[in-house]
Amino acid sequence: MTNVWIVARNTFREAVRDRVLYNLVFFALLMMGAAILVGQISIGIEQSVIISLGLTAVSVIGIFIAVFIGVGLVSKEMEKRTLYALLAKPVERWEFLLGKYAGLVMTLTVNTAAMAVGLYVALWSVKHPLERSDWYVLVAVYLILLKLALIVALAMLFSCFTTPFLAILFTAGIYIAGVFAEDLRTMQVVDMTPATMKLLKGISYLLPNFENFNVMGAVAHARGVPGKLVLQDTWYAILYGTVVLAAAAVVFSRRNLK
Amino acid sequence: MPSVSKNRGMPNPAIEIESLSKEYPYGFLHLKKKMSLESLSMQVQRGEVFGFLGPNGAGKSTTIKLLMRLIFPTSGTARILGKSIEDVSMHREIGYLPEQPYFYDYLTVAELLDYFARFHRLRAADRQERVQRMLKKVGLDTAKKIQLRKYSKGMLQRAGLAQAILHDPEVVVLDEPMSGLDPLGRREVRDIILELKKEGRTVLFSTHILSDAEMLCDRVGVIVGGKLKGVGTPGEMVGIQTQGMEILFEVDSTTKKSALLERATKTGDRYRVHLPEAELYGALDELKAAGARILSVAQIKPTLEEFFMNLVDADRAQANAVEVSEQ
Repeated sequence: MTNVWIVARNTFREAVRDRVLYNLVFFALLMMGAAILVGQISIGIEQSVIISLGLTAVSVIGIFIAVFIGVGLVSKEMEKRTLYALLAKPVERWEFLLGKYAGLVMTLTVNTAAMAVGLYVALWSVKHPLERSDWYVLVAVYLILLKLALIVALAMLFSCFTTPFLAILFTAGIYIAGVFAEDLRTMQVVDMTPATMKLLKGISYLLPNFENFNVMGAVAHARGVPGKLVLQDTWYAILYGTVVLAAAAVVFSRRNLK
Repeated sequence: MPSVSKNRGMPNPAIEIESLSKEYPYGFLHLKKKMSLESLSMQVQRGEVFGFLGPNGAGKSTTIKLLMRLIFPTSGTARILGKSIEDVSMHREIGYLPEQPYFYDYLTVAELLDYFARFHRLRAADRQERVQRMLKKVGLDTAKKIQLRKYSKGMLQRAGLAQAILHDPEVVVLDEPMSGLDPLGRREVRDIILELKKEGRTVLFSTHILSDAEMLCDRVGVIVGGKLKGVGTPGEMVGIQTQGMEILFEVDSTTKKSALLERATKTGDRYRVHLPEAELYGALDELKAAGARILSVAQIKPTLEEFFMNLVDADRAQANAVEVSEQ
C-alpha cells in the first residue's frame, strides 16, 4: 500500500497546485451573497434556505470536480505519457490507479470540508448561536462526500477504456440515471409487460442509487438523519466503489498504452 | 555511483527476448491487424552497451515498451536479469527513459526525482543526496526550482535521464536518448552512457543516428519493418558497407598535372577525389609525386538514409519475391 500512498500524495499535490481548490473562492462568494440576501427576503426560514443552498453548492461543485478531474486522472496521464516513467518503476498498475483515486478523494475531502466551514460561517451569520440540529449538516456533507467518491470511481472506470469526452458523458449519464434509480424501480406504465418491468427493476438495482445519499431536505428542516441510514450508505459506497475500482483495475491492467 | 562490475561474467544475459511479436488491431471493428513487431529474438549481454538501430516506425519503441510492460505482446516472452517482464520486482534494477518524456507540470525536477525515488524505498537522506547528485550530473542543478511545465524539450530529456539512473539500476533502457538535445547535450548524454558502461551497467538504447551507435555501442541490432535484420558490432553492421575512400588535398602553382587532379572535385581551394579502396595507395603515390599536399584520407560510409533505405529496399525486394513465388 506504500506505493498507493506515494501516488495519492502526488495526485493531491498536483491538484492543489493546479488550482482545483480555487472553486472555494466561488463558494465563499456564493455563501456571503446568500447570507446577505437571505436576511432581507426570507424572514424566519433563513436557516433552511442557507442550508439548502449551501449543501446544493457543495454537491454540484463536488460533482463537477469528481467528473471532470476524475476522468482526467488516468486519461491525462496516458495522453501526456507521464505514466510511462512511473509504470517502469516497481509499481503495479492497480496501485497507480488506486493511488490516483485516493489522491482525488483526498482533494475532494479537503475541498468539501472547507466548504462545510464556509456553510457554517454563513449559517452563523444569519442565526447565532447555532443549535444542535445544525450539526446534522455535517452528516449531509459526509453523505455528499461518499457520493462524490463513488462518482470518481465511475469516472475512472470509464476513462480506462474510452475517450475522455465519452467518459464524461457516461459518468454524467450514470449519475443522472442513478439519481432516478428508485423511480425506475417503482415505475408503473399502463401497457408495460411484466418482463419489461423486471428488466427495469434489474437495471435499477445495478445502477448506483445516488438518491440514497441525499438528506438535504431533512437536514434543511432540522430533522435528524437516522444512524442506520448513514451506516447503510457508508457500506453501500464502500462495496459499490470497490466493485467499480476492481473493474477499472482489471481493464487498466490489460490496456496497451499508446 | 557504485559499480556493478561484480555481475560481469555471470552466465545469463541481461536481456533475453524470445520470439516477441506485437500486432495492433485497426479499422472500424478492429478486425484488421497490423504487425508492428515480428518474432523478435535477441540477447543483450551484461555490461554491454547495445544500440537498437532503425528508421522511424521500425519497431524500436514497440520493443522497448514491451520490455517495460507498457504494452503487452501478442506472443513471445522476454526476461530481464533472469526475471520475466511480467514480474514487477524486475523494475527495481531497471532504469527507463521514455521517448520524448513528459512529466508532471506542477512539480519541480527535484520533487519529481524525489517522487520516483520513493518507489525504490530510498530513505529521505539518501533520496536527497541522490537527487542533488543526479541534478548535477545532467546539468539541471541551476533549474531545480523551476516547475517542469516551463522546461524545454531538451531539459525534459535531461530530467528523464536523471530519473532513469537515479536508483543505480543494473540495466538502463533509453528510448531515443539524444532526441531533442543540442550538440552539447548530446555529448553529455554520450558521456553518461560511457560512464554507465564503465561502471559495468548494461545499456540498451534505441537510436536512428548511426554515429551515436558507432561511437558508443559494443553491439547493435538493426530493425526494419518490425523485423530484426541482424545483430553485430557497429563495424559489422554498418561500417562494413564502406563505399570507397575520399582523399582531400591542396595544390599550388608547382603541382604537376595528374589524371587524379582532373577527376577531383574542387571545393574552395581544396580538391576531393572518391575512389575504390583498392586504388588508394596508388592514388596517394600519384598525388605525392605530383606535389599535392594531402590533407585527409577518409572512408566513405553510407549516410543514415542510404543505410536504412538499402535495408528497406532489400526488405521490399524479398517481400515481392515471396509474392511472385506464391503466384
